[in-house]
Amino acid sequence: MRWENYTSPSEKFRNERVFDGCGITGFINIDGTLTKGDKIIEMLEILHDRENGLGAGFAAYGIYPQYKDFYALHFLFDNDQIRLNTEDFLSSKGVVVFSEPIPTKQPSNVDKPPIVWRMFYEPKEMKSLSQDEQMVQLVMEVNEKIEGAFIMSSGKNMGVFKGNGWSHEIAEYYKIKDYEAYMWLGHSRFPTNTPGWWGGAHPFNLLGTSVVHNGEITSYGTNMRYLESFGYKCTLFTDTEVIAYLFDLLVRRHKLPIPIVSLALAPPLFSEIESMDKKYQLALKNIRATYRSAMLNGPFSIVVGQNGHIPTLIGLTDRKKLRPLIAAISEDENTIYLSSEEASFKRLMLDSSKSFKFKEIWHPRSGTAVVARLGEGLIRNGLELPFENLQLSVMGV
Amino acid sequence: MSLSHIFPTYFKIEIDRDLCKKCKRCTNHCSYGALSFNGERIVAEDDKCVACQRCVTMCPGKAIRVVRNESYLPPHGNYTRRIRNIIWAQSGNGGVLLSATGNDRPIRSIFDDLLLDACQVTNPAIDPLRETIETKVFFGRRPNKLDFSMDEGDPSKVSLKTEFYPHFEIDMPIMVGHMSLGSISYNACMAIYQASKELNILAGSGEGGLHPDFYEYGPNIISEVASGRFGVDINYLHNVAGLEIKIGQGAKPGHGGHLPGEKVNTLISQTRMIPKGSDALSPYPHHDIYSIEDLAQLIAALKEATRYKVPVGVKIAAVHNSAPIAVGIVRGGADFLTLDGFRGGTGAAPRIIRDHAGIPIELAIASVDQRLRDEGLRDEITLVAGGSIRYSADLIKAIALGADVGMCCLPVLIAMGCRMCQQCFRGLCSWGIATQNEYLVKRLDIDVARNRIINLFHSWNEELKEVLGAMGIDSVESLRSNRDRLRYIGPNPRIAEILGVKHAGE
Repeated sequence: MRWENYTSPSEKFRNERVFDGCGITGFINIDGTLTKGDKIIEMLEILHDRENGLGAGFAAYGIYPQYKDFYALHFLFDNDQIRLNTEDFLSSKGVVVFSEPIPTKQPSNVDKPPIVWRMFYEPKEMKSLSQDEQMVQLVMEVNEKIEGAFIMSSGKNMGVFKGNGWSHEIAEYYKIKDYEAYMWLGHSRFPTNTPGWWGGAHPFNLLGTSVVHNGEITSYGTNMRYLESFGYKCTLFTDTEVIAYLFDLLVRRHKLPIPIVSLALAPPLFSEIESMDKKYQLALKNIRATYRSAMLNGPFSIVVGQNGHIPTLIGLTDRKKLRPLIAAISEDENTIYLSSEEASFKRLMLDSSKSFKFKEIWHPRSGTAVVARLGEGLIRNGLELPFENLQLSVMGV
Repeated sequence: MSLSHIFPTYFKIEIDRDLCKKCKRCTNHCSYGALSFNGERIVAEDDKCVACQRCVTMCPGKAIRVVRNESYLPPHGNYTRRIRNIIWAQSGNGGVLLSATGNDRPIRSIFDDLLLDACQVTNPAIDPLRETIETKVFFGRRPNKLDFSMDEGDPSKVSLKTEFYPHFEIDMPIMVGHMSLGSISYNACMAIYQASKELNILAGSGEGGLHPDFYEYGPNIISEVASGRFGVDINYLHNVAGLEIKIGQGAKPGHGGHLPGEKVNTLISQTRMIPKGSDALSPYPHHDIYSIEDLAQLIAALKEATRYKVPVGVKIAAVHNSAPIAVGIVRGGADFLTLDGFRGGTGAAPRIIRDHAGIPIELAIASVDQRLRDEGLRDEITLVAGGSIRYSADLIKAIALGADVGMCCLPVLIAMGCRMCQQCFRGLCSWGIATQNEYLVKRLDIDVARNRIINLFHSWNEELKEVLGAMGIDSVESLRSNRDRLRYIGPNPRIAEILGVKHAGE
């Protein structure tokens, strides 16, 4: 592991965007059963060629049931004084209900380890802003303005654990095996042009949305400038950040259903749209027209976890599928898996002590979302045409 | 004029007497009276020559060359020949000098100082011959968000409740700028409209009204409502893709239209609804628009007149204060905004304005796009930008800086045969483009001109796809405002700052 650059990239590499080739994984238990962290570690570690020891991370949903009504803030601090200052700052804007270090297995030979910390927080009631909106502003403010502090995640009953090292090192450092979650995301990283920094590892998070991403967004400038006009500040020097914010914007603020979000981010080609029924054409063309700046271009596969209204696991690739994504469902149909490679699933089957079996393993279509929701199951398998199995009604049609 | 004030000409006509067959074709083709036959031989008057190259092209014996007049004036680095010519001309005629086309001063082009990014290793480039790359764009106003909802009990039920503003699609992010019937000929207009329909791009009507023959091309025409209101009637408003209130033009910010009476023949008089032979000088301001709220009223009136079925936009010249003006226009209800840079073209404009007023379109796009974003308005409207988009590279850079659609005129004229002699205001265009003289207009073959315009924009669009593919982008929507894919290599880092573009190497 690299014991430096916790809350910002090194001075030398600021303003440079990080391009990655990566391993991404995730799964959700539909009935909400909690699964220990070793499963996601196994799924991730096997994608060894997709990482080079410069960053890994996990997102776990359902880990703080005792504080589920408060925003769980996961922090990286450069030193304890900054931690105290940040806590003071937050106390001025709300109530820090509980504050403690995140348990880690800290090697003894490191002089200046990061302070990894969690706080459970409730912002003050405000008439003009919802609590979610206040938290978005607070996260932006802390990450942008408090030098030496970085908020890794800010959702309720969930948390992100990430750092600069191999996935097995990060897992061990944060004691991932000790957490139990109904939904997990994992990411291992192969950045190409900077040594990376802890905050710059994946997953990227805002409120309940966490994103792990493999690829490079060639539309970054367009997406970033679009998000800025809605008040988001893209400060993390990586294109994955824009994906997390786009999900926040489209799902939480614009309240678009997930299948529609995927059609905005990776829309069908005009030539495909024009072969469809009028009603679908009208909907799809207006999605493209309205969300033209939200469209993600360039190679990507992403796994997204959300716990806003109904906790949801989402997998999506670019519309040419220039990055891999594969999906699986367990034999009991209770768990939906996503990964960069089938090896993640094969690895689980190799475990003779557990006898994992999959009902089906499949390749989702390019630009088509896999969506699994807590309590409901697999609602989109990623093989459908845009409105297949959906009943669309359009006003006036 | 006294002898001392006859100044040397720019051009010299050379006739190879061995090759000249004395067929006199050149004398018919020269519309500027520079060539005549004296009974024995062809006589050339250099001072009348504008180097339009018509005689050179038409001479069957290839006997004519128009060359630079090498006559050498006493050199002076400050009082250039150009400045001296201006002074000689003005002291001869005592008037405001007219000019045409765009600003011809050798001011550094910012487009030329921008470089494009391309993919290597970490993202795959896309080959437009093998994969789809989309260049379709939507034109008009869009909602800020869509109102989709999913049924609480049944996630398979999705409904869309947004009301949409009028908007339409074009197949390339290209618009032929506003050149009126009057400034250019019937044949030139017809070629442009036919090409625009064929390509499904847009063409501007200019402020000269719309001849009934052009109504069938209406779905590809943005018709202009300018301060003179020439040709504005209900047919003109209804039968088009969009309406544009012209406040200003890049070549002459702060000025109205100038159509010299020489060009106002029967056809133009009917279309513009003005007397034959009268100068068509549209007022500098709209006399019903003295402030932004008046503009908002005109926008509302045009929308009302067209029953909210036609997008209404506003064109302004790029000036220092364009960004806040643009915000006012968008808040005033415009569905699209057209920016015209200081190098933009004209059929006739006072030289002093053409050469010295306005700002470069590159800077105007950047500051308007940014300001609209700061105010959360950018994505609701279409931004059209022109004013020296010379070829596809300029178009691509304009889009990356923030324009939805690039607008251009001169490349279209050049494609049809224009040699840029810059005499459009005289109505003598020997190529049949910027003239109303029937004898000259007939020289422009509509079919040939149309096909050349189609070829030109087809090649621009293919080059756009090549660049998008090299950038790993498969739809032009993802290039717009993507300044991250531009780098600056010019001498002035402050320009890069205003453009929001990093320096090359960063």
